[in-house]
Amino acid sequence: MTFLNRLGRRLLNFVRRHHGGERLREEIEAHLAAQTEENIRAGMAPAEAARQARLEFGAVEAVRADYHAEAGLPFLEDLWRDGRYALRVLGKSPAFTLVAVLSLMLAIGANVVVFGVVNAVLLHGLAVNDPSSLYQVRQQAWAKGRLITTSYPALRDFQERNTAFRRLAGYFGYSSARLTWQHAVRNVAGVETTGNYFDLLGVRPQVGRFYHAADEHGPNSAPYVVLSDRLWRSEFQADPEAVGRTVQLNKASFVVVGVAPASFHGTEQFVWPDYWIPMVNAAAVEGWDYLTDRATNAATVIGRLKPGVTPQQATEDLNAVAAQLAREHPLTDKGLSLRLIHPGLQGDNGDVIRGFLYGVSALVGLVLAAACANLASLFAARAADRRRELAIRAALGAGRSRLLRQLLTEALMVSLLGGAAGLSLAGLLLGMLNRWQSPYGHLAVGVDGRVYLTALALSLVSALLSGLASVRQVWGSNPAQAMKSGAVDAATPRGFGPRDVLLGGQIAICTLLVTASLVAVRGMVRLLHTPLGFQPQGALLAEVDLSPAEWGGAALLTKEQALLEAARNLPGAVAAGAVSRVPMTGGLHGTPLFPPGTTDFALDNAVLSPYVFAISPGYLEAAGTRLLAGRSVSDHDTAQTPAVAVVNTTLARKLWGQAPALGQRFVVSGRLTEVVGVAEDGKYHDLVEANQPAAYLPWSQNEASSLVFVVRSPRAQNEMAKALEHALAGLMPDTAITVQSWPDALGPELFPAWAATVALGTLGLLAAMLALTGLFGMAAYNVSRRMQEFGIRVALGAPKRRVLSTAVARPLTLLGVGASAGLLASVFTDPLLGRMVYQANSQDPSVVAGVVLTMLLLGVAAFIVPAARALAVDPASLLREG
Amino acid sequence: MKPKQDVQQGTLSLMVLKTLDVLGPLHGYGVARRIEQISGDLLSVNQGTLYPVLLKLEQEGAITSEWGPSENNRRARFYRLTAAGRKLLGAEKRTWEQTAAIIARFLTVKAEDLA
Repeated sequence: MTFLNRLGRRLLNFVRRHHGGERLREEIEAHLAAQTEENIRAGMAPAEAARQARLEFGAVEAVRADYHAEAGLPFLEDLWRDGRYALRVLGKSPAFTLVAVLSLMLAIGANVVVFGVVNAVLLHGLAVNDPSSLYQVRQQAWAKGRLITTSYPALRDFQERNTAFRRLAGYFGYSSARLTWQHAVRNVAGVETTGNYFDLLGVRPQVGRFYHAADEHGPNSAPYVVLSDRLWRSEFQADPEAVGRTVQLNKASFVVVGVAPASFHGTEQFVWPDYWIPMVNAAAVEGWDYLTDRATNAATVIGRLKPGVTPQQATEDLNAVAAQLAREHPLTDKGLSLRLIHPGLQGDNGDVIRGFLYGVSALVGLVLAAACANLASLFAARAADRRRELAIRAALGAGRSRLLRQLLTEALMVSLLGGAAGLSLAGLLLGMLNRWQSPYGHLAVGVDGRVYLTALALSLVSALLSGLASVRQVWGSNPAQAMKSGAVDAATPRGFGPRDVLLGGQIAICTLLVTASLVAVRGMVRLLHTPLGFQPQGALLAEVDLSPAEWGGAALLTKEQALLEAARNLPGAVAAGAVSRVPMTGGLHGTPLFPPGTTDFALDNAVLSPYVFAISPGYLEAAGTRLLAGRSVSDHDTAQTPAVAVVNTTLARKLWGQAPALGQRFVVSGRLTEVVGVAEDGKYHDLVEANQPAAYLPWSQNEASSLVFVVRSPRAQNEMAKALEHALAGLMPDTAITVQSWPDALGPELFPAWAATVALGTLGLLAAMLALTGLFGMAAYNVSRRMQEFGIRVALGAPKRRVLSTAVARPLTLLGVGASAGLLASVFTDPLLGRMVYQANSQDPSVVAGVVLTMLLLGVAAFIVPAARALAVDPASLLREG
Repeated sequence: MKPKQDVQQGTLSLMVLKTLDVLGPLHGYGVARRIEQISGDLLSVNQGTLYPVLLKLEQEGAITSEWGPSENNRRARFYRLTAAGRKLLGAEKRTWEQTAAIIARFLTVKAEDLA
């Protein structure tokens, strides 16, 4: 009861911030007066009497501390007081505070942004039931681009024959259609799935129902569509009555059966489909039917294992089935071996993305370490300046732990301010990232509790790291000594102190990060200068969706020729052509070539499997691909004339070595074809591939399922794009036509290099700024400490050069040592950088030269002002001041 | 708080209570002087240490205080024992006596007593 009573009073005192300080002061006064009087009565001189009274009373500071401890809640009070004191002290040196808070803001902000992305991409699972037990079946070979596993008939075989999976489902994630609803038309993209897709994923609809395996009864038996939350809200005004209505996807009717939950967007992190339809009804939308075609890979396979089956056993089981299928269907099923991965990050790109994000996380952590080192040396310098203040407080009876807590509170204040600022900065950047459409798709980055916690934890860690430097100073201080001598001699120790180590380490980290950013820039430049075998600059691509067209064969070709003619006749067009598929836009796979006279077209008999493009006359010219020998395809090549081909240098070399390629023959698509031209090599699948064989066949002899028109023009791109779209739409009304510039179309290819350059470049820049402030801080501090000494030296006849070298010798040495250490350490970062940058090599001479130059410039920028001050020293005025 | 200080403080507060019980209302300096007088030179306590103890006792309700004129007409704070304080003194006194008795028996014990 007494205890509670007392706690109540103390709490009350604390809240009212009433510590009885006044009362104690009066009591002490009265006490001392009474004691002094008594001493005087005992015969002491008044001054001696007062002194004795004070001596007998004891240490006032300690009594006050005890008194306060009794009066209120000392811990909270001290915290409160330390906080206020720290703010006051920080407010007294606004420049220091600003630099400290800003550098922490940038470092913590960068860390929070990176964590936000890591959190969104890697830590948040897919919005499906138990994502960790979900597997995707992938071909063994490193296959970039589409995530397709196998053909639909093969998928059915896998479903029936495997013994390891509880369920196997398939989907085709590249469906697109024109959605017609209440006379409004809009282009939508979605997913075609097997009936058991939603049941396998374990998702519940937010409105209506999903379709199930039981709804499927053969082709065209399940005209059902599930809407995404986004499409439902934007096109159907979130009307629950939309369920049960009929909509048109291209020309086919589908009944809306349900709406997926807002968080669900399939099994790919970056893809947000608009709709889901059953695969059995896909032909009506796609215009082609993959349900019976074993040669067309259309299904990405996902599944959940039976209880007790390991992924290893499941892989073996699948491969046994694949081997069976290869025996049964030798022409189409190649029996490629399969493996299991976790879906979500574009198949194997997951490894790339993971490597990239972890690499950036490690480097951004280094930035924070550099910022903490910077802050620590700033705090240490301040603590040295405040030795006297601290000594006086210690002499008055303040405990060392109390002083230490005071200094740590200052560090904490700075860190929390920096952390809060960094978090808001990061929130801003993450918000921008959220609205941004990356070439990989849309990334939903949320600032959730985990992000806030990370920011807080980072702030606390920085406070601890940067405040620790002060610990030594407080612990090693001897009040009597510090009060006697000035701060000057105590603050300039002869050897290298912890502050030098901190600055040197910071320089080393900075060098490392600058190296990393230059390596990224070098990789980007290298990529940009990769010979592509075509000239994307100044060319437009127009993709015309001819798939729903009702005509075929000769009529289709006539239509295509009319379109090409229209494009070619556009004012400003210097060249135009058409190609079945533009290089480096994904979806390429080899087509087998057979020697002349082959009758058994088994894959084993193929001599080469080059990329094959169907092109119109004029394509090579429009694309800027150089013809090295012979001729290109022409209007005289028709379905009736002998089959011809243009091959690239690599194909010619692989098949015929040094022999001339012109006039050579091979069989492709069952036709004996003669080589009439040789074109230069290029990049076809991706930028980093080795030289691949390729062949170009006339479009008149090879029907293509898709067609892209390439138009080269010196006119302004957007103007030309509009004219082109208008001209093509005039001939093909009601057809989806997409026009974009060729460089834009290549964006996704350059994206990884671009992302690495931006990320690493930003980190390098941050580190350079930190190093600059650190170096400048130390040089400026050294100079200002020793101005008087410089004055004396100059007065005694020291050459100014000598004075200058004393002023900046130490920071300069640190710069040299730190930069060398950083350069040496960067050797070990190549494996890390290799996961982010194409052909990472930190020993590249231009990179090393760039790093050395950068660090030199940093040094000059940091030292120029302090050095100028040291040189401008005027002995007369300084000595007078002193 | 270290245990050593606790004991000291407890002792000191018992002394304060007893002094106020015997001598009636006193100011801080008076309490300090009386304690010094009674304990002689055996106890070396800084006079200042008394004030936190006085505050603690007041917050516990064992004593009350008010400003008043001292013998030489200075303003001083006078402390007075409350009923609760008197009760507390009694309880503390008994505890202390018990403790002292137990310790005394331990200190005077001989080997043959335990045989």
